[in-house]
Amino acid sequence: MTDEDLSGFPLALEGPDVPMVSFRTVTKRYGELVVLDALNLDVAEGEMVTVIGPSGSGKTTVLRMLMTLETINGGVIYVDGKPLTHMPRNGRLVRADSRHLRQMRSNIGMCFQHFNLFPHMTALENCMEGPVHVLGIPKAEARARSEELLDMVGMADKRDQHPSRLSGGQQQRVAIARALAMRPKVMLFDEVTSALDPEVIGEVTNVIRRLVAEHNLTMLMVTHQMGFAKDISDRVCFFYGGRIEEQGAPDELFGNPQKERTQQFLSAVKEAN
Amino acid sequence: MFDWRWDFTWQILPRLVIATGNTLMAAGFGYAIAVVLGLVFALAQRTPSRTLTFVVREAVEFIRSTPLVLQIFFVFYVGPQFGLRLSPWTAGMIAIGLHYAAYLSEVYRGGLDSVPKGQWEAATSLNLSTTRTYFRVIIPQALPPSLAGMGNYLVGIFKDTPMLSVIGVAELMHTATAIGSETYRYLEPYTLVGLIFLAISLPTAAGIRVFERWVRRKLGLS
Ligand SMILES: Nc1ncnc2c1ncn2[C@@H]1O[C@H](COP(=O)(O)OP(=O)(O)OP(=O)(O)O)[C@@H](O)[C@H]1O
Ligand SMILES: [Mg+2]
Repeated sequence: MTDEDLSGFPLALEGPDVPMVSFRTVTKRYGELVVLDALNLDVAEGEMVTVIGPSGSGKTTVLRMLMTLETINGGVIYVDGKPLTHMPRNGRLVRADSRHLRQMRSNIGMCFQHFNLFPHMTALENCMEGPVHVLGIPKAEARARSEELLDMVGMADKRDQHPSRLSGGQQQRVAIARALAMRPKVMLFDEVTSALDPEVIGEVTNVIRRLVAEHNLTMLMVTHQMGFAKDISDRVCFFYGGRIEEQGAPDELFGNPQKERTQQFLSAVKEAN
Repeated sequence: MFDWRWDFTWQILPRLVIATGNTLMAAGFGYAIAVVLGLVFALAQRTPSRTLTFVVREAVEFIRSTPLVLQIFFVFYVGPQFGLRLSPWTAGMIAIGLHYAAYLSEVYRGGLDSVPKGQWEAATSLNLSTTRTYFRVIIPQALPPSLAGMGNYLVGIFKDTPMLSVIGVAELMHTATAIGSETYRYLEPYTLVGLIFLAISLPTAAGIRVFERWVRRKLGLS
């Protein structure tokens, strides 16, 4: 990896309106393929931002970089004002080491398309794993809090079941509770309803609706469900070729898209449904 | 047609039963070493260190490509030249433990690789450390698919213990041969050895299959 010039990036973001998440000219490449091209994206505290766009446009990659599942090839990501992908060292930014990543990661939670629950643990154990073994919360307290969260997602009665005994919608709700149990400031949802049967999608979207309504979480969501995105987002970003082609309030973007590519994408989606 | 003598059979049986204890002990200790060391070999090949991965990879390949009996001789007879003077038992356990560790590490590798990538990503998203991820998330899931292979090698190590007789470990084969050379009768002792091996191998193999199902159920994987 070449020593990139990061002198233009601040060591921390300061001021009254520091975004909870800030991508600053973030670039991601897989070999020759440029997946994200100098992406700039800010998400304010408590904001729900939805990412839509054609397959391969880099939507998942955005979330994975924020979850530190992928390394970054250029630019800096800030979370809560502090650099995530880098860390200050002697007055300049250097690549984050594993300790810094661990520290920063505690701000972020993620739900995956295929749930990724731990199959050998019950729903409750899945939720308690992180709080007990990472946050060091006493077992009894972690259990109480996890039961509360499972109750919130409507899974209290299934808490002692293993994932193999749960439907997709139920697994996804447990996965949401598991992520929330870590008390993240930012929640990431990557197509959390795409692997579900149509009749159970509502169980999961309703949980997310409740989160938006009742919690001051910052959320970044990738979805192919335009109706849902329109309902709950504060802002929608249309991705095309690793860039944000167009973004705006859901009513504007869905009701009156300005760019041709956005129009094409939205009408293609409408036809498919 | 055979000159089978029952009085002689009953007479030598107690000695062979005692030797069976030694055989089981050799198989048990050897396997315990192999189970742990095999995991070390498997995990060492998954570290970011290219050098470590390469060295362990080559060592495992080397062990798997040379005969066990040679390794037993090597540890026992060549060891002293390097100041490593070991009793037959110790040398035998090291050789057979190492040998089967190499094979088991391959079984584990397959098991570890079979755990979906998403499990690692979920563990990272919960901020679990690498060690914790291995022991709480990955290894429990790698275990069930490894059990069949592990069981095969348990029976395998048991059947290979007679090779320890070449350096004088008093296991079944060694004792049967000793009886033969004392009495000039080989039919009964060797037949008994065969029967004893059969009587232990078959139920063990069946028991492993039951155990495999039990583990899967216990882990909630089925
Ligand atoms: N590990 C990888 N190695 C190589 N290329 C990759 C890798 N992961 C993703 N890509 C490529 O990066 C591009 C963006 O992928 P990404 O998963 O972010 O797309 P997406 O917008 O989420 O698409 P979808 O709607 O299909 O989920 C794609 O062209 C993909 O093939
Ligand atoms: Mg995707």
